[in-house]
Amino acid sequence: MKTKMPKMLRREFLKVCGQKISGLAGSLAVLGSWQTLAAQEKDQYNPSEHNYAMAIDIHKCIGCGRCVEACKKENNVPLDASHFRTWVERYVIPEDGDTYVDSPNGGMDGFPELSKDMKVLRTFFVPKLCNHCENPPCVQVCPVGATYVSPDGVVLVDPKYCVGCRYCIQACPYGARYLHPVKKVAEKCTFCYHRITKGLLPACVEVCPTQARIFGDLKKTSSPLRRFFHFMDISVLKPWMNTKPKVYYGGADGEVK
Amino acid sequence: MAGIPRQIIPLIVLFALVIAAFVAARQIFVPASFGKLGFYRADALKEASELEIKYAGAEVCSDCHYEISDLKAGSFHRKVSCEACHGPSADHVDSPDENLPFVPKGREFCPVCHGYIPSRPSGFPQILPEQHNPGKACMTCHNPHNPTPPHTPEECSACHRSIANQKLVSHHTTLPCTQCHNVPKGHRDNPRLIRAEKPVSRETCAACHAKDAKSPLEIPRIDIATHGERRLCWDCHYPHFPEGK
Repeated sequence: MKTKMPKMLRREFLKVCGQKISGLAGSLAVLGSWQTLAAQEKDQYNPSEHNYAMAIDIHKCIGCGRCVEACKKENNVPLDASHFRTWVERYVIPEDGDTYVDSPNGGMDGFPELSKDMKVLRTFFVPKLCNHCENPPCVQVCPVGATYVSPDGVVLVDPKYCVGCRYCIQACPYGARYLHPVKKVAEKCTFCYHRITKGLLPACVEVCPTQARIFGDLKKTSSPLRRFFHFMDISVLKPWMNTKPKVYYGGADGEVK
Repeated sequence: MAGIPRQIIPLIVLFALVIAAFVAARQIFVPASFGKLGFYRADALKEASELEIKYAGAEVCSDCHYEISDLKAGSFHRKVSCEACHGPSADHVDSPDENLPFVPKGREFCPVCHGYIPSRPSGFPQILPEQHNPGKACMTCHNPHNPTPPHTPEECSACHRSIANQKLVSHHTTLPCTQCHNVPKGHRDNPRLIRAEKPVSRETCAACHAKDAKSPLEIPRIDIATHGERRLCWDCHYPHFPEGK
């Protein structure tokens, strides 16, 4: 293949050369001393130093749906009732019969009153999201390598590489993924990767009024997760799937799946 | 070249061309950073971390609104992030005068958390919006940044609604909470600091249900010395709904 190179005058060529050399000299001056270089490296975020996880205290969740709204606004999730990166489920366990679970509009607009003839034994809210599994089935099935586990333990989707085949949506045992109706790529909770890499909390954790969601780094002993693990009964969703989830539930009923 | 049969040479050329085409196609189609960290594009990680932030985080707010954050720090809402009520405000941090955050007013917003839903944990302050001062905006009595009500509610059911609802349909409905619970004076104002006492021995129930108790005759009696052996009464009977099985 023949490519046409634009013809360049000698004067222009010298001009460009001059600019490049001066620019290089400038950048060398900035990086001149190795100490500033080391300091820059220290400030830089290193993903392999972290392993993020979330814990959810079911005793504290009031089902206000602030997390659902915050997630949708922070991550430009379609505002309809079928696309969620996180949602809140209401579990109602009656005295007899099957457990009833509902999540109208993800719990964003509150929950309707229960029917009067329902004999409730116990009832509670369970927030759900991507479990950021250590052994994620969605990553295993992706045919193009568009979804992956990042070095900091977050399961992410590469929107430029995803072909929208929906295989990962099928594979997820937690129903945490959806296909974006316009972009036609798979999307899911990212633990707000753009926030956590800058030291902020995920949007849902930020707005939770009762601290029912706890976010932390499993590689840090000072993480708030440590305290949670110390005092709570921990369980994960569908442990028999061998996905090794990293969203830990405290005080979850046996009915929670 | 002499050792290679003549008919093989075009094959070698063909193979070389196919391999060259494959290598060239890989160079063109596989992104530069693919495989650097794993079976994915390493640059995608950087792109994921460069998305726009919309929730600024509560720490930034106190730089300017320090009076409000100081007031809130001593209130029951101390752990409620500013943006839980005011919505995403990162654009307000960038240009404070142009982008004003949402300010909830009226009666619609507060019941999102404080309206009564049976699934909410008992002890979390809840109201029935249609009964609790109907028509009045919440802000007329409560400052959202320091929401302790001007008059602490008298009834226990204001906070312990699920227990009160259950007691209401039980045989214990006429008993006041203080029949069994010793409630110190400060419990209403500082519920978590000054706790109400719970019964500790069988004597509390025996006061009415023992054979020799001086109580109305229709109350069921048991022999307190032998009934249930050494178990505590509430190991088997739920005091707020004793007829439950």
